[in-house]
Amino acid sequence: MHDEEFELEIKNVSKIEGHTHLDVKARNGKVSSCKLKISENKRFFTTAIKGAKYSMVPVTMSRICGTCSSAHVLCATEAVENAFGVKPSEQTFVLRNLLMYASQLRDHAMHLYFFCLPDLFNKDSVLDFNEQELGWVKDGFDLKAAGNLLATVIGGRPIHPHFPLIGGFSKIPEKAALENAKKQLIAVRPKILKIINLFYNDKSTFKRKTNYVALVNNDFNYLKGVIKTAKGTLINEENYGDHLQKVVLPYSTALGVEFESKEYMVGSLARMNLNKESLNKNTLRDAKKYLSEFPSDCIFRNNLAQAIEMLHDLDASLELLDYDFKKEAPVEVKVRAGTGVGVVEAPRGTLYYHIEFDSSGIVKNASICIPTQQNIIHLEKDVASYVEQMLAKKMSKTRIGHEVEKMIRAYDPCMSCATHFLRINWI
Amino acid sequence: MMKIGFFSFTCCEGCTVMFIELLNKKFFEYASKVDIQNIRVLRSNETIGSLDIAFVEGAISTQSEVKKLKEIREKSQMVVALGSGAANGYPSNQRNSFDETRKKEIAPLVKKLHQLDEISPISKFVKVDDQINGCPVSEDELAVKMEGYLKKFS
Ligand code: SF4
Repeated sequence: MHDEEFELEIKNVSKIEGHTHLDVKARNGKVSSCKLKISENKRFFTTAIKGAKYSMVPVTMSRICGTCSSAHVLCATEAVENAFGVKPSEQTFVLRNLLMYASQLRDHAMHLYFFCLPDLFNKDSVLDFNEQELGWVKDGFDLKAAGNLLATVIGGRPIHPHFPLIGGFSKIPEKAALENAKKQLIAVRPKILKIINLFYNDKSTFKRKTNYVALVNNDFNYLKGVIKTAKGTLINEENYGDHLQKVVLPYSTALGVEFESKEYMVGSLARMNLNKESLNKNTLRDAKKYLSEFPSDCIFRNNLAQAIEMLHDLDASLELLDYDFKKEAPVEVKVRAGTGVGVVEAPRGTLYYHIEFDSSGIVKNASICIPTQQNIIHLEKDVASYVEQMLAKKMSKTRIGHEVEKMIRAYDPCMSCATHFLRINWI
Repeated sequence: MMKIGFFSFTCCEGCTVMFIELLNKKFFEYASKVDIQNIRVLRSNETIGSLDIAFVEGAISTQSEVKKLKEIREKSQMVVALGSGAANGYPSNQRNSFDETRKKEIAPLVKKLHQLDEISPISKFVKVDDQINGCPVSEDELAVKMEGYLKKFS
């Protein structure tokens, strides 16, 4: 039927975070190889951090990724605090949650409006949008600005935030600044409902059964909880290393990760599938119709899941912004030899840090595991079978290329993160 | 229209993201004044045409980056080092000062990935006309610089 060779090469996939190429080869309708070749250059962060003082860990690791720097900062901080037995205050936890919500909101808005939206309108870029479509672009910028403002009020700046410290914050936000952030959030809420509806109506479909993994809790925060899988397994944060294995991908500058020797998925879709009941009550009320889509086995529903999460990020922030913040110094740190684990839900999924210190608080070893590494094996398999489906429908190569890029974007990979480190230093 | 492009080498892409944060406020103002020809996070255009300004982010770690950087230089009237990565190599250059043990540890990968012996700022390979420092660059400084460039090129 399809007695022919098919080769698809996409150089420098655009509208994702970082640099990657894709190569797919098929014969007679069957894909023989599908490789996502991450070409981002390694920057050897986990080696660089060895020998550094504990206080330098979050600031240094932040530079792994511009987009999700808050997640890296807070995950590294949690690992350091766990190693030394530091217990930050409730207020610190509230501020950290706000920073995570703000970053998630910014990050998802960037992904949905600027990476994915052009696909829905059959355009290459928001820079080519016409008058009518520009309303969406404005919404995207307004949402990003609201998230940016909140992140700046809490963290000092939207990228590589410098107010968060081990044990607390160097600056507690002023009332007026918080009120201002709140006003902006309230103003953009209707825009989120619009974009949720837009992605709900996107009919792109690719379904498959798989395992999902996420950190879950009863208020859908991104910082604390237990690791849950779709199969029902519950794992305490510090034991994650027993379940994950790294896999070397010889053609890539990144490694892949498997869960109990099988591929799995992390990110918004996983969180929504495993824990949607814990979303903020206002989100549950206003997104009810859309939430009935979950649990979903369709990868394109990751976009809808992100859109709903933006609403939750906003609603949960509005509640936390009523907290009565007081001046407070960070908890004192007493260094000791030991190992600390940090686990957070970054925008793209579960992020793990594992750091070992000597008795003077100097890093002996560090290993981290980032969301894109966990999704990459899955992504390749899905692209391969999606291509087979489309070849069977005799779709043109251009269409197939376009659909494949859409699928990669739905996964929302981040290549800067995927290539930060050096060794399989697995515990 | 001032023709500009953004090019990202070895770094975290945070500085380009800061430019897109600046667009939160400036998008509609720039729409009639600035033609953003290359910006991989927003559009797929890979061809480098003649540019007024190339904003270069990130340090240089491979020979193919050197080649691309030189092409960018040839096609642009002005090259701006965007952020500390491009301007002075930080933080990707951390490995330049690794001790012998750590250098040995990474040596096989450095070789396999065809990385250069040292990570360098872009000025090592091309003439740089202006730089905006910071990791990341600040949004306000970026706005002021853009105003200056707009005067120069319109
Ligand atoms: S200079 Fe800093 S913020 Fe800018 S791209 Fe490089 S690492 Fe990221």
